[in-house]
Amino acid sequence: MMTNQTHDFTLAEATARVRIDELAPVSRFSLRVRPAQAATLGRALGLDLPDRIGRIAEAQGRTALCLGPDEWLICAPEAARDAIVAAARKAYEATPHSLTEISDREISYRISGPAAQELLTIACPRDLDLLAPGCAVRTVFDTVQVVLWRDGPQDFRLDVWRSFAPHVRALLEIGQAELAAGL
Amino acid sequence: MLLIHCPYCDETLPELEFAYAGEAHIIRPEDPSAMSDEEWRDFLFIRTNARGPHFERWRHVHGCARFFNAVRDTVSDRFLLTYKAGEPRPDLASLEAAQ
Repeated sequence: MMTNQTHDFTLAEATARVRIDELAPVSRFSLRVRPAQAATLGRALGLDLPDRIGRIAEAQGRTALCLGPDEWLICAPEAARDAIVAAARKAYEATPHSLTEISDREISYRISGPAAQELLTIACPRDLDLLAPGCAVRTVFDTVQVVLWRDGPQDFRLDVWRSFAPHVRALLEIGQAELAAGL
Repeated sequence: MLLIHCPYCDETLPELEFAYAGEAHIIRPEDPSAMSDEEWRDFLFIRTNARGPHFERWRHVHGCARFFNAVRDTVSDRFLLTYKAGEPRPDLASLEAAQ
């Protein structure tokens, strides 16, 4: 006869090894510009746009992540949104580019704790040992396209498209429960 | 799982981040309306179907999103080389000698 045993983990048990937190909204922009003009546009936005994929530049609370040879993700506090849009509009004549606001497209989760990396390996095919702290990449998480930031050795952030977020969150919570149970 | 070197990211990454995009180095005719039906059919549908090294396009769709070219052995599934889109077709003999 099959027997089922369920165990309700207390919050403290579940989060001892890894925590999952939903982060407050920020302004996000997708920036496309020819690499030759990236430096000029970066100056207009107050950022030194990195030219290597996966590298991050930060200034005045604004963050630029290089996602592709001509593609950057800009994150900033919500209060800085209008200033960024205005600065880009002013620079448009001299440096044609595409700046699209994608603030509401994604939800961010922070995944932190000693088992954070182990938790991500349940669905992320990358070798996370090769992702250095202070870098970020676009990758997949169980077929969902995500941007994975590594803020520290045990500290990650996941940007997930809003409609996929419940799926990703549910997977992470299953993994979290399994780690707490010592599986 | 295959590990594929993306020439734009300059990293060797899991196959799940990539999408196959057909044979490489197929040039669209300048003036399609001047072609015969057979020539147009050949351009659209007829492919090498190589047994051995095959020149093909891949896209790093869940990464830098770039198309690039690769030489893959269709028997062993081994990637001999990946190179950026627009670069000339590499010489197969020297590639195989390098292996």
